[in-house]
Amino acid sequence: MIALLLRDLTLATRAGGGFGLGLAFFLILCTLVPFGVGPQGATLALIAPGILWVGALLACLLSLDRIFALDFEDGSLDLLATAPIPLEGVVATKALAHWITTGLPLVVAAPMFGLLLQLPSGAVPWLMVSMLIGTPALSMLGAFGAALTVGLRRGGLLMSLLVLPLYIPTLIFGAEVIRRGTEGGSLATPLAFLAGITAATLALIPFAAAAALRVNLR
Amino acid sequence: MSLLGVHDLAVARGGMRAVEGVSFTLDAGQALILRGPNGVGKTTLLRTVAGLQPPVAGRIEMADDSVAYAAHADGLKGALTVAENLRFWARVFGGQVGAAVQAMNLGGLADRPAASLSAGQKRRLGLARLMVTGRPIWVLDEPTVSLDADSVALFAAAIRAHLAGGGAALMATHIDLALDEAGALDLSAYRARPGKVDRPAGFNEAFA
Repeated sequence: MIALLLRDLTLATRAGGGFGLGLAFFLILCTLVPFGVGPQGATLALIAPGILWVGALLACLLSLDRIFALDFEDGSLDLLATAPIPLEGVVATKALAHWITTGLPLVVAAPMFGLLLQLPSGAVPWLMVSMLIGTPALSMLGAFGAALTVGLRRGGLLMSLLVLPLYIPTLIFGAEVIRRGTEGGSLATPLAFLAGITAATLALIPFAAAAALRVNLR
Repeated sequence: MSLLGVHDLAVARGGMRAVEGVSFTLDAGQALILRGPNGVGKTTLLRTVAGLQPPVAGRIEMADDSVAYAAHADGLKGALTVAENLRFWARVFGGQVGAAVQAMNLGGLADRPAASLSAGQKRRLGLARLMVTGRPIWVLDEPTVSLDADSVALFAAAIRAHLAGGGAALMATHIDLALDEAGALDLSAYRARPGKVDRPAGFNEAFA
């Protein structure tokens, strides 16, 4: 599984791998919002938590169809399914690789994007915490959507429709953590929900996605 | 004890039975070539034996994790070099790279990105992958597509070495590999007829 993780990370950084694509998309989104909404700091600070999380969802979505579709097309997925690694392990490893190449850069770069949106400095640590806890769920849920649509031509659009509604709980609680962090409210409830969603996806999605893959490989 | 035993196997593609009542066994050192016209169900049968889809009826007996499957697609990553591709599969399956590179004459290509290989060279790399798996049963679907005459001979030699080493091979191919020791099984005799048909005796007994 380490070999698979290293291969996916290498592929992501090689030509055409799409490493940093999500990050660049996130940057552009956060630059566009002030143009659309206007440069008033108060307005931007009010909507910043929501925009940052919606941006993270969309940036994540960009690279989701790569998780399994490329391996399906070149036959690697058939070979991985017959390999000694359980398919559940393949799903978990590929979701982890997706998070490292997409989610982790967003967590690290989030403070800068917060600055673009006039997010109060007191909220920046909570922005990073909420992203760090919440983005793994985005990669896991995305892996499930990718597994469901793996055999379909132009499955990317269908996958977006399937996956985005599943992102809603993470979006609500992730943005709530930042908002309460700004206002100094109690953080325990949204943080617990955010972590709970991530933990549940980590525990359940590998089995669900592996089952979906097995059906799609027939 | 044979490496692979297939009993009264029926397989389906897209909800339609393709072939049924297929039985054969493969011992160590044996090879079996599946023949039959396009669409008769050779690939479906091979995918079923490889465990990628469940059989409709019948049994497949073999040890766990004993099949190495090679299909039309070689599972190569164009952005990785030949050596990196092979090393990856070797690490996944726990095998060795060196012998496979030599057997398939890939030594001079090791540092080339797989994307820059010709179709035949890619095919050779895909077959070298079989050797790094270290698995006893090779299940091969049209293994000689886009190989030149020399490479076909190379591949036949690799199969012979695998059989001599106690392995077995099940393959679908249309060309003559000059593998005299290999048996042949024509699947057109087992073609499933549409509609209600008399099942082979073994099938009825199983549900009696």
